[in-house]
Parts: sequence; C-alpha cells; structure tokens
Amino acid sequence: MRALRLIWVGWIYQFKQLRRSSFDFFLAILWPIFFGTVAFFMFRSGGEPGALIYAGLGAAVMGIWTATSLAAGTALQRERWHGTLELLVAAPAHFALILLPVGLATSTIGIYCMAATLLWGRFAFGIDLPLDEPLMMALAVPATLLSIGALGFLIAVAFARYRHAWALGSMTEYPMWLICGFLVPIALLPDWVGPISWVLAPTWGMNAIRESSVGGTPLGDISMCFALGTAYVTLGVLLTDRVLRAARERASLSLS
Amino acid sequence: MTSARIFAVGGLMSYRALFYWLTPMIYVPSLVVAPVFQILLMAYIGRSAGLASDEFYVVGNAIQYAAIPCLFAMMQLVGGEKFQNTLGAILVSPAPRLPLFFGRAVPVVLNGAFVSAFSLVVGSLILDVEIPTSAIPSLALVIVVAAFSCTGLGLINAALALRIRESAVLSNVFFGFLLIFTGANIPLDDLPGWMQTVSDVIPFTHSIEAARKLVDGAATSEVMGLVGIELLIGAVYAVAGYLLLRFFENQGRRHATLDRT
Repeated sequence: MRALRLIWVGWIYQFKQLRRSSFDFFLAILWPIFFGTVAFFMFRSGGEPGALIYAGLGAAVMGIWTATSLAAGTALQRERWHGTLELLVAAPAHFALILLPVGLATSTIGIYCMAATLLWGRFAFGIDLPLDEPLMMALAVPATLLSIGALGFLIAVAFARYRHAWALGSMTEYPMWLICGFLVPIALLPDWVGPISWVLAPTWGMNAIRESSVGGTPLGDISMCFALGTAYVTLGVLLTDRVLRAARERASLSLS
Repeated sequence: MTSARIFAVGGLMSYRALFYWLTPMIYVPSLVVAPVFQILLMAYIGRSAGLASDEFYVVGNAIQYAAIPCLFAMMQLVGGEKFQNTLGAILVSPAPRLPLFFGRAVPVVLNGAFVSAFSLVVGSLILDVEIPTSAIPSLALVIVVAAFSCTGLGLINAALALRIRESAVLSNVFFGFLLIFTGANIPLDDLPGWMQTVSDVIPFTHSIEAARKLVDGAATSEVMGLVGIELLIGAVYAVAGYLLLRFFENQGRRHATLDRT
C-alpha cells in the first residue's frame, strides 16, 4: 500500500514538474507535430486513400515516445542538477519506486502530444479518424502509456551512470519511430528488424490503438503491452540494484 | 590586425569550446547516429507513401540535418557563455563585434558541413544511392554553402538567445520549420503557395535543389545560380543576425538582462 502511494505521489509530482518545463512539455508536443506534418504532406501527395489515417494515428502515438525518450533519459541528470539524487538514493524507499513514477509521468505527457497531433491532423489536414472499438480504445491508450512509461523507467535506470544520458535518450527517438511501425509498416523494413520490434512495447501499443480505431482484434496487442510493461519493470528493478551498487562502489553517483 | 587576431583566436577557442560541449558522448548520438536515422525514417516513409526515390530523401535530409549543429552551436555562442557566466566579460570587452561573432561562426560552418557530408555518404551507402564521382567536388561546395546559410540563421538564433531563456526550444522549432518548408522531404510543388513563398527565402531550399540536380548528373555550371541564391540568403541572415545581436546587446545593457538565465 505504501509502495502504491509512493508511486502515485511521485507520478503526480513528476508530472507537475514536467508540465512546467517548456523543453519537456511544450517541445514534446510540438516535435511530433512537425514530423506528423511532413508525413501528412507525404502521404497526401502519395495519393493513397487510407494512408492518411494510418499516418494520423502513427504520428499521434509517436508523441508518447518523444515525451518519454527525451525526459526519461534526463530523469537522473535532473536530480543531479537539483542536488537531490543522493538524498533519493539514501531514502529508505527502494529507488525503483522513485524512478518508476518518472517514466509514468513522461509517458503521461504523451497524452497531450497525442491529443495535439490528432487535433492538428483533423483541422489542418482533414484527417477524420474512425473509432470502431471505443471500449478497446479506452483500454489500448492506457495500456500503451503504461508500457511506454515502463520502458522509460528502464531507460532511466540503464542510462543512470552516463553524464550525457539525454543524448542517448534522444538518440532512441528516430529508431523507435521507425521500427515500431508508427509511420511505416514493419513489413516494409528488413526482416531482421521484426524480432527487435516485437520486444518493444510501443509496437504492440501502436497496433492496439490502430486496431481499436479501424477495427480488428486489439486484445492480444493490449495483453502484450501489459506483459512487456511488467517485464520492463522487473528488469528495471533488478538493474536498479546493480547500478546503485556499482555507483556506490566507485563513488560515481553524482558524476561530478 | 587586432580584428584578425580576434577573428582567428576567438574562432579557434570557440572551436575548442564547441568540442568541449560536443564530447563524443554527445557528438556521436546527436550528430552521427541521429541524422542517419532521420534519413532512414524519411526514406521509408517515402517508400510507404510511394512519393519519391530514396535519393530524394538521402540528399534532402543529409543537407537539412546541418541545421542541428549550425543552429545549436550558434545558440551556444550566447547560451553557453551565459551558462558559464562569461557572457558579461565578453560583452564588456572593447573587442570589435564583427570579428568576435563571425570568427565564432567559422568552425560552426565547418562542423555543419562535416555532419551533412557524413550523413550523405552513410545514407547513400545504406540505401544504395549512387552519387557520381564527378559530382563530389560540386556537392562539397553546395554542402559548405548550405551550412554557411544555416549558420546565418543560427546567428539570428544566437541573438534571440540574448533575450529568450529557452533557446534550446527555439532551436528545435527552427529545425522543425526547416524540415517542413525546405523541400527536404516534401516536393515543393506539393506545398501550398504561401509555403512555397516562405521556402524561397529560407536556408537549405536552394542548396537541396542544387544537390539533387548534381546527384542526377547536372553540371556544376547548371546549379551555380541556385548556389548563388543560397549564398545570398545566408549573407542576408548573417547580417540580420549581427544587427540583431548588437540590438539585443544594447537592450541587455540598458535593462540589465544580459545574464538572465
């Protein structure tokens, strides 16, 4: 119960903090709109009917990953700058319970990105998205957010000992947009990319949202989101212990 | 003589400071890996949309990506000094501003050109785009001119960083506009009229067109007009950026806002 309370309070706190940042909030909303605009023009010029709907949904979900990759990469660096990292590590609560809400908060910012991109597509390009399975959509969006948030948590832990973690975080942006099938069907990519995309929750989240919108069977994709999200969190918790132990042994937590 | 020394030594110090900022841990992910993936992303979207060949996206994005080093490094010209608390010391010095600012722009142009050329080579190798050997010297010229042109815009960005706190956000916004308007990914004919008008007066549009013509086998003389226009656009932005820097410097002194971070 205390753990759940800590996650909840941390989530709200981190979310409020991110919303005050023009880089993590305003830019995270604007960035996918730029790329979405390019994609909308490209698909519209290509003249294939239905492609705009594909791109509209993809561009909307891209924003969730943008918000997560940018902010999760810098999560620990922010605490370093604020001088609070050592205090958080020394706190009696497991450090994973402090980091997990960071990942969740960053992906929650993705809701704004998603809404902004959908509205932009609707009003600037006339993309009218269908909603065949509203109930499934109501399940698919939170499942996608939670699983991407869990991946953000894993990234934050994995990059904990890199001084320039933000650069590594933002480096994941384009590759993930490409291999998770946001704007390009995975079938178009080389065969060896397929297995990589299967272990990435955004791939299944994108499928779930797409199938909830245009019709299909999104339950399997939603289940995969939850399964992969759980795997990321488990891996992240195990990694947290190793990373913290190594940082303590080498006295490199503050990296200063 | 003093101006030449400020131009050369200031530029050299700035170059070294730039690479202090651009450590390999930042340089490789941001300026080596990211542009290649931008090319791949756009080329695959292009294939999916059935709009243009891979060559179109490799050339367009390789040149357009020079915006990241040019805009961000020029922003650092002011933002970095602010962060290090050295901006006041520089602006209080009697050093003439022209060599001071333009000397710092030279390494930015070279770095931008390198990023562009590297992305073009790697993107071409991955996507099997053939670049005629005879076009390479002319392409190098076009790339340098494109980087110069965007550094002119970067000077405006640097000037705005004297006034605006969130200069990193502003640099990204400039990059986003260049991505849409320059024809790097969308054929200019497919853009609405007002967007085509804008694209005519911003960096990269003409150099991207020139580079595509060269890759398609055009002679250097056929693209010199486009290169000249790009050069002119860069010069106009550079002058505007310089004037804006002086204006905001004076405003900053008057309102005591130079060190506002």
